[in-house]
Amino acid sequence: MSTAAPERLDPGPLRRAPRVDGRALLLAVAAPLLAAVVALAVSSIALVVSGSDPFTVYETMLAEGSDLRSVLITVNNGVPLYLAGLAVSIGFRMGLFNIGVEGQYQLAALLAAAAGAAVELPAVLHVLLIVLVAVSVGAAWAGVAGVLKTTRGVSEVISTIMLNVIAAGLAAYLLATYLQERVEGSNNQATPEIAPSGRFPTLDAPLEALGVTLPQGTSLNGFVLVAVLVGVLYWLLVGRSRFGFDLKATGLSPSAAVASGVDAKRMTVTVMLLSGGVAGLVGLAQVLGDTYDYGLEFTSGLGLTGIGVALLGRNSPVGIAFAALLFAFLERSSATLQRIDVPTEIYVIMQGTIVLSVVVAYEVVRRVGVAQAERAVRAATGDRA
Amino acid sequence: MRALPSRRSRLRLVTGLAVGALALAGCGGDDSTSSDSADGGGSAAPTSDVRVGLAYDVGGRGDRSFNDAAAAGLDQAVEEFGVEKLELSPNASGSDRGDNLRSLAEDGFDPVIAVGFAYAETLAEVATDFPETTFFIVDDSSVEAPNVKSLVFAEEQGSFLVGAAAALKSESGNVGFIGGVQTPLLEKFEAGFAAGAEQAKPGITVQTAYLSQPPDFSGFNDPAGGSESANGMYDNGADVVYAAAGGSGVGVFQSALAKDKLAIGVDSDQYESVGASNPELQPVILTSMLKRVDVAVFDSLEKFVNGETIEAVTTFDLSNDGITYATSGGFVDDISAQLEDLKQQIIDGEITVPSTP
Repeated sequence: MSTAAPERLDPGPLRRAPRVDGRALLLAVAAPLLAAVVALAVSSIALVVSGSDPFTVYETMLAEGSDLRSVLITVNNGVPLYLAGLAVSIGFRMGLFNIGVEGQYQLAALLAAAAGAAVELPAVLHVLLIVLVAVSVGAAWAGVAGVLKTTRGVSEVISTIMLNVIAAGLAAYLLATYLQERVEGSNNQATPEIAPSGRFPTLDAPLEALGVTLPQGTSLNGFVLVAVLVGVLYWLLVGRSRFGFDLKATGLSPSAAVASGVDAKRMTVTVMLLSGGVAGLVGLAQVLGDTYDYGLEFTSGLGLTGIGVALLGRNSPVGIAFAALLFAFLERSSATLQRIDVPTEIYVIMQGTIVLSVVVAYEVVRRVGVAQAERAVRAATGDRA
Repeated sequence: MRALPSRRSRLRLVTGLAVGALALAGCGGDDSTSSDSADGGGSAAPTSDVRVGLAYDVGGRGDRSFNDAAAAGLDQAVEEFGVEKLELSPNASGSDRGDNLRSLAEDGFDPVIAVGFAYAETLAEVATDFPETTFFIVDDSSVEAPNVKSLVFAEEQGSFLVGAAAALKSESGNVGFIGGVQTPLLEKFEAGFAAGAEQAKPGITVQTAYLSQPPDFSGFNDPAGGSESANGMYDNGADVVYAAAGGSGVGVFQSALAKDKLAIGVDSDQYESVGASNPELQPVILTSMLKRVDVAVFDSLEKFVNGETIEAVTTFDLSNDGITYATSGGFVDDISAQLEDLKQQIIDGEITVPSTP
């Protein structure tokens, strides 16, 4: 990359060259299109190499994926991915890389499940208490990384990875020692079940009122509403508030933000707390709406997948929602594709390919855009150097 | 979308690559899931209208260990009885275990076999919804329903014998145990191994390590982690390491080969299963603790096909050869008298093997 290139171009000079506007539009469409083509091509190659016919595979994925049960499962599994994506994305907005969502949500889910099982409260309060515990634990765990960064200058990338390991060990230890309820004949370890007052209602009744007949054993997790709510709050906070402006400004240019009066240290800690707080909600969809406990079969890996979801969603609350649903859809496809003898790992390849394609495509298109703008500026100013 | 400053873009690119690499690293299984039904073979190929659904645990078919043992039992049943089969593996995080189990029952598969204790909670629900379907669950006996049959193992007994074998073969008086994921189930292996080593050579040092902590089950499918952990143990003086770690065991064997030491396999006869594709590893596989999930699956299917009554809980141990040790390669031939003696003592109840460390 030429170091002399202007980092950010004021749109001013571009306006003077009207031709460029059409190109800018073209460029905006080019990135997602390029990403889709590359992702499809690479996935198809992977499928052919593994001995499957890509067209049959895509057809099966669409046919099976549009079945009501699959749609519900996709939405249910998309909820935690969405929350994980949002949690990561809050940090990204400020140039903070919170890899620690993984540890934050697991520890939060464990302690929230244990607290929820230990108390008896009226319905709404019980749920609120569990949510409060989860958000506080997630925020506190992420806050450690924030404080380390501001006071000791420890990179949050390093500290959050290490905190993940500590959280995993701590959660496993607490579950194995203090928090589990042994069941005869079981090789599982799980917290006691949360009483019905502490469970999140499903959205089955409203769906049925709308005339939808749910397949047996399938329901729509009520936590969908929480995910939507957090998404809206994220949009308001980042896009429509003074805080959000400071956040993005710090991400784009820390020195400029500090010069304009932003307290960078305070921002770092606040953002880590927010990110961790949202991370704390990730595991609750399962704890409050599905298993009502935290056991060995608790879903892990959502925090790491959330990084991919945030990248794919390009840090926009709507984009992340699509990304989360796409990831959940691919994950669901792994189950249906096994029936036509497609290796189950193929969905992981597809997820990775899509994220890589999107990141690369946007970068390529951005550079093309910068080069074009430079040419336009030179042409406009008559500078031939 | 506006242009981003270059520092951020580079960060994005790097994180994208990192995520991609992480994602790719997660897909360790190199064998594909196999076909739906038996392809007959001869004119005398047996046929049956029994349709078996089998749900693997994380790692799926191709782990050359626990899941593959179940697969072997199913394959044998397909061959001998001509039953139809469908196998499903969960995704890497295991979030779709319940969906898989339910969809097998719903598609009319009967019996449905759940491989792994992690299915217990969801099985309790599914079994109630499909009272006409018979369910088998491996490694759990906590689900009490008339249509759920449990297949459980005394892993500590077999681990005791390979622990004794490790101690008898150890020259340094130092052996190691590597568990995949630290769960109560794997601690049974650890307890048995340590007790067996102590029995054969009192005062022996037993190093212990687990590759991951639940709910992260990657330790069962992490050959690199297995290799790293084994390297540490060999460097610390161990000369025999027991890999009770599913698909990660291959890494332990590779480490043993590189360091010119010995290792012990688990679940399947890994001298055969790993040796089939990696013959260079055979000389380091002293023995394997055989947890005959294949026998359990096959026997259960045999009873089902023949309409025999199936007990609510069947325990497989040394006395019924559901648990044993492998002799492939002939490395334990010189100590077989001692091992057989210990085996008999356990069967006779003279030795009680602990199941918790």
